[in-house]
Amino acid sequence: MAATPTPLEVRNIKKSFGDTEVLKGLSLQAHKGDVITLIGASGSGKSTFLRCMNLLEQPDDGDLIIHGEPIRFKKTKHGREPEDWKQVVQMRAKLSMVFQSFNLWAHMTLLENIIEAPIHVLKKPKKEALEHAHALLDRVGLTARAHAYPAQMSGGQQQRGAIARALAMDPEVMLFDEPTSALDPELVGDVLKVMHGLAEEGRTMVVVTHEMGFARDVSSQVIYLHQGVVEEAGPPEQVLANPQSSRLKQFLAPKY
Amino acid sequence: MIDLQGYGPRLIEGAGVTVQLAVLSLILAIILGLLTASAKMSRNWMLRRTATVYTTLIRGVPDLVLMMLLFFGGQIGVNAISDMLYYNYDIDIYINFNAFAAGVLTIGFIFGAYMGETFRGAFMAVDNGQIEAGKAYGMSSSLVFRRIRFPQMMRHALPGLSNNWMVLLKTTALVSVIGLTDMVRVAAEASRATHEPFAFLLPVAAAYLLIASVSEWIFARLQKRYDIGFGGQ
Repeated sequence: MAATPTPLEVRNIKKSFGDTEVLKGLSLQAHKGDVITLIGASGSGKSTFLRCMNLLEQPDDGDLIIHGEPIRFKKTKHGREPEDWKQVVQMRAKLSMVFQSFNLWAHMTLLENIIEAPIHVLKKPKKEALEHAHALLDRVGLTARAHAYPAQMSGGQQQRGAIARALAMDPEVMLFDEPTSALDPELVGDVLKVMHGLAEEGRTMVVVTHEMGFARDVSSQVIYLHQGVVEEAGPPEQVLANPQSSRLKQFLAPKY
Repeated sequence: MIDLQGYGPRLIEGAGVTVQLAVLSLILAIILGLLTASAKMSRNWMLRRTATVYTTLIRGVPDLVLMMLLFFGGQIGVNAISDMLYYNYDIDIYINFNAFAAGVLTIGFIFGAYMGETFRGAFMAVDNGQIEAGKAYGMSSSLVFRRIRFPQMMRHALPGLSNNWMVLLKTTALVSVIGLTDMVRVAAEASRATHEPFAFLLPVAAAYLLIASVSEWIFARLQKRYDIGFGGQ
């Protein structure tokens, strides 16, 4: 079968901070169009796991295969490191990340933020990048804010802008690190709506989230992490509607 | 009206030397400062140690002593090289170790150490999330530096940089001791010759003040440019 390579596969990822092992051998496979949500209490390792996928954190052990291409590692006295940073840079351009704290570049307007990496990393012509950016701004409802600086925008606008920045890369996989956790409750809806749309059009996404409604409605797979191990995983109707472990039951129970 | 008694053109020439010396030294100091800051933040133990020795040395020794050390040391070094060329290759050249170059090198070397501290603090003030976003979007470290770290760092560095520049500008007055004819030296000569020191020193003071005011205006403009996006419009 001449199937296209799996966009993202991670195998047996291990990571320690000092003496604390935070990821104890985690694996995940994101096929095209999958929406995988990672849930779990804070400290369960879900954000660290996500950050290992684009090597913002260096896993101590395990494999990372992007679009069929394994990342090569070497041992150094500081621990394990990528053998070829050029390979990492190319790999990262295929996975765009949306951060909890948005991290739009503060010294650039929203429009400049969106065209920055397409022009300087993907080497797209400026005209093409601008056209794409305007279409994306329209999509996330921020056409009027194109020339605003991040500091002049609300959190919800910044996060939708950050999603437009991520989309401008035409990514194979989008990584979301608690995209709504830093937002005021009334701003969460707009961001989730945009993400909902992305899932529907078949984007491959890995999402760390506390939004159980989102996880239930759009995920193809839900992974529940506890202390660096997968406690339960499967389709949402199984994991969320019919949790097996007492820990997950407790995690999902209403808190008030 | 102050009578410059014919020393006017020479004073203006001297002022030109002062400005050129200061600007070239500033450029060298900024380059050395960026290198020093990078070395201090490096993972490499040797680089960190070298940068620390450099800044400690510079901050601990008077500018005047350093300047004379470098100037006389430089002349001895140049003489040794020309001797070597003469005896070994029969090439007869005499190089006069240029006082202007010695001035730029010394002042640049001294202020590179101060700039290093300024830049290090400024780089550390840049929010790590901004840098991570660059990395996550496939930027190489040099691209992250050019497009994100440097422009965001400058905002924090400018107040210290402008301070260092003002001190640097006034430090150029020391170069008269190594025989460079800057405006202070011209004024001193003229004062001795005419016995009217104020007629020459006051215009020199005014000239320094003028240069300082112009640079303050330039720094204020730069600050405004690098503050864009950070609240103050």
